[in-house]
Amino acid sequence: MSSSRALSLLSKHATTLSTSTRGKAHFTFQPSTTLPSGLESMEKSKMNLMQSVNEAMRIAMETDDSAVLFGEDVAFGGVFRCSLDLQKKFGKDRVFNTPLCEQGIAGFGIGVAAAGATAIAEIQFGDYIFPAYDQLVNEAAKFRYRSGNQFDCGKLTVRTTWGAVGHGALYHSQSPEANFTHTPGLKLVVPRGPIQAKGLLLSCIRDPNPCIFFEPKILYRLAAEDVPTGDYTIPLGQAETVRSGKDLTLVAWGTQVHVALEAAQLAKEKLNADVEVIDLQTIQPWDEDHVVESVQKTGRLIVTHEAPISSGFGAEITSTVQKRCFLNLESPIERVAGYDTPFPHVHEPFYLPTVHRVFDAIKKSVNY
Amino acid sequence: MHRALLHVSRRAVTARNLASTVEGDAFRLNEYSSKYLGHRKAAFTEKLEIINADDTPAIPIYRVTNAVGDVIDKTQDPNFDEPTAIKMYKTMTQLNIMDRILYDSQRQGRISFYMTSFGEEGNHVGSAAALEPQDLIYGQYREAGVLLWRGYSMENFMNQCYGNADDLGKGRQMPMHFGAKERNFVTISSPLTTQLPQAVGSAYAFKQQKDNNRICVVYFGDGAASEGDAHAAFNFAATLKAPIIFFCRNNGYAISTPTSEQYGGDGIAGKGPAYGLHTIRVDGNDLLAVYNATKEARRVALSNRPVLIEAMTYRLGHHSTSDDSTAYRSAEEVETWGDKDHPITRFNKYITERGWWNEEKEKEWQKEVKKRVLTEFSAAEKRKKAHYHDLFEDVYDELPLRLRRQRDELDAHIAEYKEHYPLEGLHEKH
Repeated sequence: MSSSRALSLLSKHATTLSTSTRGKAHFTFQPSTTLPSGLESMEKSKMNLMQSVNEAMRIAMETDDSAVLFGEDVAFGGVFRCSLDLQKKFGKDRVFNTPLCEQGIAGFGIGVAAAGATAIAEIQFGDYIFPAYDQLVNEAAKFRYRSGNQFDCGKLTVRTTWGAVGHGALYHSQSPEANFTHTPGLKLVVPRGPIQAKGLLLSCIRDPNPCIFFEPKILYRLAAEDVPTGDYTIPLGQAETVRSGKDLTLVAWGTQVHVALEAAQLAKEKLNADVEVIDLQTIQPWDEDHVVESVQKTGRLIVTHEAPISSGFGAEITSTVQKRCFLNLESPIERVAGYDTPFPHVHEPFYLPTVHRVFDAIKKSVNY
Repeated sequence: MHRALLHVSRRAVTARNLASTVEGDAFRLNEYSSKYLGHRKAAFTEKLEIINADDTPAIPIYRVTNAVGDVIDKTQDPNFDEPTAIKMYKTMTQLNIMDRILYDSQRQGRISFYMTSFGEEGNHVGSAAALEPQDLIYGQYREAGVLLWRGYSMENFMNQCYGNADDLGKGRQMPMHFGAKERNFVTISSPLTTQLPQAVGSAYAFKQQKDNNRICVVYFGDGAASEGDAHAAFNFAATLKAPIIFFCRNNGYAISTPTSEQYGGDGIAGKGPAYGLHTIRVDGNDLLAVYNATKEARRVALSNRPVLIEAMTYRLGHHSTSDDSTAYRSAEEVETWGDKDHPITRFNKYITERGWWNEEKEKEWQKEVKKRVLTEFSAAEKRKKAHYHDLFEDVYDELPLRLRRQRDELDAHIAEYKEHYPLEGLHEKH
């Protein structure tokens, strides 16, 4: 066909693209209503998740001359802008691009840390963390143990993106944390919003153990709240009860905490059930006692996560709570999670553990 | 957005005028050279020619002595002083004797596993001697001579092989997985090649230090060079200009797989320049050559350019005590290598010629070393292992609650079922 017809077809498609909706997010971000203790008086600034991560890294690098940040595309600011202006501020020696090679990024990061410098290694998408799996599982996690504590790579923090984004499909939506919870020696953290992201990331960077910090990519722009502007940390290994309740315990992390809060709200309106929502925050080591105490109070537990249900981290929580709260339970523990499929594209709204699936599980549990 | 698309596509359609001009060629060649090809001079050719990989010449093998041990070009003689040369020879032979005794001890069921370094003594000592003590070394598993040179004691070796409570590694790993913080030797791990990108990272961290005088040296074999981590490491080292020496011990075999089945190109050295690594191939059984090459490589690496050394050698021993290499190679091949080209024989000639060594001293030394090895060996055998609580330590910097509870569970179990567990030979709980 002639080039002008091709061009007009092209522009027609372009028009369609620009006016079509990508669909609303499957949740509404719920800003934190309380601050970590001691931060009430600190100056605050409205920031989204991307900015709060940027802040955390800036503070980490200002307070630690050895800290370096590296990965694919971090030099210009990163594909999600998390490293915006950091190369300008700290120079090319400290903020730099690596070749496109996740196993290299992870291995290199271990070596930087083993030499005593703080390494912040970015893996662009959690879906692409698998080439680095050997380095993370066989090396980073075991570095201290196998050397009899002569060596360690505790100064390594791997940051990677995580979770559903609305159109990411198989390879831009995964929540791979369960692939790592089976590996003793790593710490794994997932923040639910900007306030937690900043404090938890700073904790990870400063923690003397190798950490993987999963950043829910859908929250980068969408989640904005007033974030304390100073240097603060939120302790690892501590869960947070974000909504109190006496009828049922609902455990989630990352984006799913907001789904859980919405389902809890619905449960109050429609079932008059008081659901207690717990944000796990640190997946490994997880705050077992916090969850157990809650279930001892409520007698019912639901765990919900985007990752596929089978062998997802919900399985570990369920098993532990089942053992420790056997006589407290009023109903079977339920998991509301992704199905055992790869993450689909057009059928994402059917795959995800939506507010309504969580609500339905709450209904079945309280009516058991 | 669609307006911009229209604009770009219209330009593309009418841009054919530009492509054929001389300005376009000069522009492109400059871009290719400065941005794509690392400032190498880019050029066009109108001749259709696919480079024949089989015709590329092999990188020559640098040597100082011939197979018998005569220095060929006197200007290449590193001119060691007597104490250094004797220490080198003694380290090589001590390794050799220690290997023989420990290999046999595994056969007798006294240690669980062992790997010898027969034939690679020159590789180890030649390279180790050319480094500075502050240089950080990452190894694969066949570098015991490097550790010996650095002062890792016989006692340390034995304690590690027995995994007793005095092992620097706390008995966590199989024999041969040495590590010594004080010797700047990072603990060995079994997964191959993982140490390569790690060494690059450590080297990069050193580079950030003011007045840095440390390089990293990472050892690996011909088989390990096939793993993806090698590609990752070479590429990172070159792009990030890390002060590192990649030392490849090409000993002809990866367990049973000969090098002819390991790679198709010009060995490992052939890959170096392609990654942007300064490269040298060296006679690994020529201690003098290995020394010279490593010394020069260190100077280059310290200027923040990585260097690849491929040391050609031959694995005279089996891969490990779990291997019987007669299953895949002839005894004749092994014997011929040992006869015609042995690093110890060659260096023996060097020190004997200079009047620093003789048959008498050789006899005495052999006796002395054997005695020392056996003494340390039986002492290590008697030392107790750590208490089983140690199994839970060092997973993290601090013992997590969940793990402490698991330890308590084990304690309760042992209290009731103790006769089923090997508690004798363990230290009491401290």
